[in-house]
Amino acid sequence: MSLKAADIQARLEAKFPGKIVAAKLDAIDPFLVVDQSALLDMGRTLRDEPELAFDTLHCLSAVDYLKEDRIEIVYHLSSLKHRHWIVLKVFLPRVDPKIPSVEKIWPTANWHEREAYDLFGVTFVAHSDPRRIFLPEDWAGHPLRKDWVWPEEWHGIAVKPGKQFAQRASEGESLGIGPFD
Amino acid sequence: MDLIKAVGNQQFILTRVDAVVNWARQSALWPMVFGLACCAIEMMATGASRFDWDRLGLIPRATPRQSDLMIVAGTVTHKMAIRVKRLYEQMSEPKYVISMGSCANNGGPYWQHGYHVVKGVDQVIPVDVYVPGCPPRPEALLYGIMALQDVIRERSLLDDPREDRTPRHVGVPSGTKVVSA
Amino acid sequence: MASQRVYKDLEPDTAYAFKPEDLEDDEMILNMGPQHPSTHGVLRIELKTDGEIVKDARPHLGYLHRNFEKHAENIDYQGVIPFTDRMDYVASMANSLTYAVAVEKLMAIEVGERVKSIRVLVSELQRIASHLLAIGTYGLDIGAFTPFLHCFREREKILDLFEWLCGARLLYNYNWVGGVSHDLPDGWTEKARQFLGEFAPVIEELDDLLSHNKIFTDRTATVGIIPPDLAVAYALSGPNLRGSGIKWDVRKEDPYCGYEKYDFEIPVGQGRYGPIGSCWDRYYVRVEEMRQSVRILHQALDKLPAEGDVHEKVPKRIKPNPGEAYARTETPRGELAFYIVSDGGLIPYRVKGRSPCFVSMSLFHEIARGEMIADIIAIIGSLDIVLGEIDR
Repeated sequence: MSLKAADIQARLEAKFPGKIVAAKLDAIDPFLVVDQSALLDMGRTLRDEPELAFDTLHCLSAVDYLKEDRIEIVYHLSSLKHRHWIVLKVFLPRVDPKIPSVEKIWPTANWHEREAYDLFGVTFVAHSDPRRIFLPEDWAGHPLRKDWVWPEEWHGIAVKPGKQFAQRASEGESLGIGPFD
Repeated sequence: MDLIKAVGNQQFILTRVDAVVNWARQSALWPMVFGLACCAIEMMATGASRFDWDRLGLIPRATPRQSDLMIVAGTVTHKMAIRVKRLYEQMSEPKYVISMGSCANNGGPYWQHGYHVVKGVDQVIPVDVYVPGCPPRPEALLYGIMALQDVIRERSLLDDPREDRTPRHVGVPSGTKVVSA
Repeated sequence: MASQRVYKDLEPDTAYAFKPEDLEDDEMILNMGPQHPSTHGVLRIELKTDGEIVKDARPHLGYLHRNFEKHAENIDYQGVIPFTDRMDYVASMANSLTYAVAVEKLMAIEVGERVKSIRVLVSELQRIASHLLAIGTYGLDIGAFTPFLHCFREREKILDLFEWLCGARLLYNYNWVGGVSHDLPDGWTEKARQFLGEFAPVIEELDDLLSHNKIFTDRTATVGIIPPDLAVAYALSGPNLRGSGIKWDVRKEDPYCGYEKYDFEIPVGQGRYGPIGSCWDRYYVRVEEMRQSVRILHQALDKLPAEGDVHEKVPKRIKPNPGEAYARTETPRGELAFYIVSDGGLIPYRVKGRSPCFVSMSLFHEIARGEMIADIIAIIGSLDIVLGEIDR
């Protein structure tokens, strides 16, 4: 039986009073903002309770809001049985963000959390394998943060892009090809 | 240029050692299977029956030890650049490199914001022929291989393979001065 | 010039997950990749083996990390579409369709009927092309070279149709936000019907060649078993999920582009030669999906509206209101989704691509335990991964 977002919110409020910090049910994808301390218990309830049965974590994303000074972790959950959806969000500070790992509840979160750590620097407490997943182990920084600075080089290979031909031509260099010649 | 010139009552053939060796080398280029990204699919299509690179003598070999051509097909990332260099060093002389696709030529569409993309495989290994395209058509790759055959035809056994080699840019009119980025 | 650069000595990457000190007596660490003739891209797998039997496997990614998400934060909405093409480069129509559907959901744009029909046409043709490549390279991995050539011959016919349609063979930039880039040229539908007529017997030919071949079934029907509860726990989708017996297809559950009007079945794995959820089941689901795609294509060609401007709903400037949207579609590899966050400007604030192959690969270490090294290749091939999508 497919529940609406308002019903899901009501059930969660009944079980975890005061832990849902905010909610936007009229958005394109209705979401609930959840307090970090109740995340694991709420996750287990969402997965195990028969009328909720959120057995699939589709996507765990991290979004960096520089102006509002927070990093959001967004969980897109759905139920294969009941065919309903909910989006949970957790707000974290930008400096040293820490959040419990939901890997024991939805095993698919393992790699999603490694990706969030790699690109945003979010630490997932009690994760079984907290390593970078895409970038090399000795990469400096977390590139998808809005205030990340490009390094000059990595092991001798240039990281920053070179100047565009148009820019070089406008600075007076004589190139051998094309309309700038 | 005559490869063979019969002398006398045709019991002797007069030719240059360079010509025979170059003819042998250009007719049996064995590429190493090194498809990285989308260009690898076009490389597989070149190997399939419609465009068939086997008629030029190319038989893909899995190991760098048995191959003399490395077609770098796809984007080279920083993490992969170490392996590319190591594989290039494992190939034995004479060895040639075709840079296939714009990602391998100069970073391709990822040149501006790709922090993990090496802006061209020639930052890591020396390249003989550049084939432009995103991805290049199989005919373009075949043209690049034929351009490589021209390059081989101009070599001499007396050349030191580590000497400065002018790379060939396929599809650019001859006489164009190409400036490195 | 190339050789004038000084190549600074590159140090080897020391990111090994298994340490030699932790090994038992007979175990060894074997490194597979990133250059290996049998991986579907640059994947590196570290195996801890006891002779031939694998005790543990750890995939390492990132060798094709091309920063799609960073590009999406710096390029306007329409300009991101070529980058989505390059994510799953084998089925690039599907990626751009998902992105277009996501932005249309964000902006509440409803496209016309002709655009929907054209999108279904190209999606299903792309599904056939992608499955042909998956099957061909899977046969190649197992050791059968001939199906590869047959599959590529048919794939070339589909790529010819696409080239006639939009000018590109592999990476099309075709599905735009609000429409498609080119309308169907005159004579395209006839050529497409001709292709379908020639293609239907080819599936039977492939079945005869490969699917029921005893060596192939022996090698694939007893390895890589994914039990259904593990598949759901790891959020699998697409043929990987259906191979484990679960009937779930986004085209039926959450229809987009008018899929509710077409009549087709969802093939699931039935455990014909071994337990349900084996590599053979996933492979055969793909073969059956090609048959269903032919069925959908016949219906789509029959129902194609004759009139309609494909650029009618394409916005002049894409400037969504601030908000977020998550949209998913069924690509040949599973359920691809885009989570787009907009701050009201011309450039997206954040685009996260949820890739089905990323999710499929994350359960690899569970199913690789206890298999032999040669079976690892069979398992990777049956998961049908494309590294461009995993690493984005």
